[in-house]
Amino acid sequence: MRKALIEFRNVSFRYSDTNPWVLKDLSFSIYENEFVAIIGHNGSGKSTIAKLVNGLLFPQEGEILINGVTVNEETIWDIRREVGMVFQNPDNQFVGATVQDDVAFGMENRGIPREEMIKRIEDNLAAVGMLDYRLTEPHRLSGGQKQRVAIAGVLAIYPKVLILDEATAMLDPRGRKEIMQTVASLSEQQGLSLITITHDLAEVVQAERIIVMNQGEIWAEATPREIFSKRNQLKEIGLDVPFVAILADELKRAGIELTKEPLNHEELLEELWTLHSKT
Amino acid sequence: MNNSLIIGQYVPGNSFIHRLDPRTKITIIFFFVFIVFFANNVPSYGVLVLFALTCMFTSKIPIRFIMKGLTPVWFLIIFTFILHLIVTREGTVLFELGIFEIYSGGLIQGFAISIRFFLLILVTSLLTLTTTPIEITDAIEDMLHPLKRFKFPVHELALMMSISLRFIPTLMQETDKISKAQASRGVDFRTGPLKERIKAIVPLLVPLFISAFKRAEELAMAMEARGYQGGDNRSKLRELQITKLDIFGYIIFVLVIAVLFVTRTYG
Amino acid sequence: MDITFKNVTYIYQKNSPFEHKALENLSFHIPSGTFVAIIGHTGSGKSTLIQHLNGLTVPSEGEVHIGDFKLTNDEKPKNMKELRSKVGVVFQYPEHQLFEETIAKDIAFGPQNFGVSEEEIERRTKEALRQVRLSEELLERSPFDLSGGQKRRVAIAGVLAIQPEVLVLDEPTAGLDPRGQKEIMDMFYNLHREAGLTTILVTHSMDDALKYADQILILNKGTKFMEGTPIDVFRQKEALQSVQLDVPEVVQFLTSFEEKMGKPINFSNQSIDEIATSISEIVKGVE
Repeated sequence: MRKALIEFRNVSFRYSDTNPWVLKDLSFSIYENEFVAIIGHNGSGKSTIAKLVNGLLFPQEGEILINGVTVNEETIWDIRREVGMVFQNPDNQFVGATVQDDVAFGMENRGIPREEMIKRIEDNLAAVGMLDYRLTEPHRLSGGQKQRVAIAGVLAIYPKVLILDEATAMLDPRGRKEIMQTVASLSEQQGLSLITITHDLAEVVQAERIIVMNQGEIWAEATPREIFSKRNQLKEIGLDVPFVAILADELKRAGIELTKEPLNHEELLEELWTLHSKT
Repeated sequence: MNNSLIIGQYVPGNSFIHRLDPRTKITIIFFFVFIVFFANNVPSYGVLVLFALTCMFTSKIPIRFIMKGLTPVWFLIIFTFILHLIVTREGTVLFELGIFEIYSGGLIQGFAISIRFFLLILVTSLLTLTTTPIEITDAIEDMLHPLKRFKFPVHELALMMSISLRFIPTLMQETDKISKAQASRGVDFRTGPLKERIKAIVPLLVPLFISAFKRAEELAMAMEARGYQGGDNRSKLRELQITKLDIFGYIIFVLVIAVLFVTRTYG
Repeated sequence: MDITFKNVTYIYQKNSPFEHKALENLSFHIPSGTFVAIIGHTGSGKSTLIQHLNGLTVPSEGEVHIGDFKLTNDEKPKNMKELRSKVGVVFQYPEHQLFEETIAKDIAFGPQNFGVSEEEIERRTKEALRQVRLSEELLERSPFDLSGGQKRRVAIAGVLAIQPEVLVLDEPTAGLDPRGQKEIMDMFYNLHREAGLTTILVTHSMDDALKYADQILILNKGTKFMEGTPIDVFRQKEALQSVQLDVPEVVQFLTSFEEKMGKPINFSNQSIDEIATSISEIVKGVE
């Protein structure tokens, strides 16, 4: 059994007493080195979860524990050291005048000595493939490049968990792909937990577990394969059904028996190939 | 569009002037402003002009570009020249121009003032052309550091300045975007009576403010999430360093001052 | 309105150290009533191209014809306003242009600028609201009280109320969730057909281009890289990949299918169940 890194215990949240509940009695855990995707349509409460995790918001009811420590006013600064976040708008989180200044920002806040900063800037910019842009100003970067810089800045303080809060929503397909590849490989190398919050199911087939949010509650919590098989219900809550899942459905209708729910083209083709060789 | 925005006037380069510490540049300009007023004869003006032009050529910035930056100022320089020419009544009358009598003193005075003006503007624009705004901010933060003892929020001021600078291009792009969107909806920003044109600014300003507030809010949250708690106990990546180049620069400048005073006295 | 670009070049910040060509010698023709998708990476010149369509910018060299309007470097039409009343542009994140106190006023803003009468504006406002599927009860509310998706609809209604003949859409679904994306795109598509508009869609989504467009124009570094019907364009997978553009997922799948099974299924924009039938025939060995 892996250690629970993030634990939500019966958490409810609303912005004020007169507003409706954004999250209702939410309980779940996320473990060390786990890759979890939180999915839901806009307004399903998924982004609020991220802000609760590192104490940008506090719940009215329930309790949130990070590494066994309750999130509250006293613990937030320690917790923010362990929880790294990348937000949606690439422009509105870029603080530095140049790429390296921005990566340094989080380290400067923690008083990390200059020599160490320089080393970590180099390592982390190299890790996200942005080392050549050290001295570039933000307005000369694309959205995807800015997000990679943001990731480098977060990783430079060695967090235990990286949360991408719709970090790819404003990017073009190429930027999106690059970000997802970068974080997937980095979190694996560095033994990080990775939480991605998105409404794009196709982006999260590699996740170990998907939590589907709907109207402030957990609608489903399962592996991508299990989630993909619920296509009709997914549509009802405003989510997209990936192409392979639709095709798999149509193939079944055309009389092809698949042994498992395919997650991607390769899996489906493999099955078709096996079936074909049998005939 | 993205790649062509100019912040301030900075032109990237790697010249001697570019590589000087911004504090050195600011200090030298500060004193240059004073010594310009000590020039009193042709050789001493010559020394100053030579110094400024040498700086200009050393910076390797295209002259065409510098002169373009000076265009709004040319008018002022010429205006000052003419004003002195007309008003000053010293020396001998050179010739008459309608109701005005042009004196030799006026001519000299006009030249002197115009040259001073030109030199000051040339040298200060060389600062902004060769120094990134953020370097200037760093220099100011460093030079204001002693004020910290009097509880002056030096760090906060510098952070504010650097974030503003960082967001200027972003907001410029935004302004461009919104004004194009509104122009597409039939707003005319350029023609029509003044009253109409002022009214046309509202659909531009309101969205701009709303977006700026939203940006500020998100930025504050992102900064907090990255552990920002104010200026105490922070370390700094950006460090200014006085190098041999700066010492060399100071030596040259001191020599210029010395030569200036020699020519002033004996010229 | 027919749209024609003749050898259009556009140079940003001419005679400065930052000068660069955003468009270079671009020529194409869009017949009236066509739905065109323009595809290209950030920086390929898409935004610059759009701005030529309603005279926000004029070409540095070459000619742009929009119906009877002609744009060249030294010849801006005097009736620019009329051009803009005929070419409606929905910019990226159009909700950022909202500014009035009420939704009704914001939607009326465009038509007012173009001198439409009050009664007509009222009629158009209601129609535009119906088109974007918002309730008339919202009319007196502030646009800033709405959710992100609703704000976007109000902004779009503001452009529709101008009743343009050409509708230019710059990534109109960016940032919306899948349901919102589909609703907005279906709405534009219906509008395109019902009102007989010429629609120009700038998009990153190959799937949307395939689904809605009659014609695709692919830009790369300010020049035309490819032009044709979706089927013709998306059959050229290698060429597209050479400029790092993807093909729609269905085409990707069909290509991998052929590689794996050694038997081709030609792409002709067929439906998924037709594809499933073809696959099952091949897999089961039916010829």
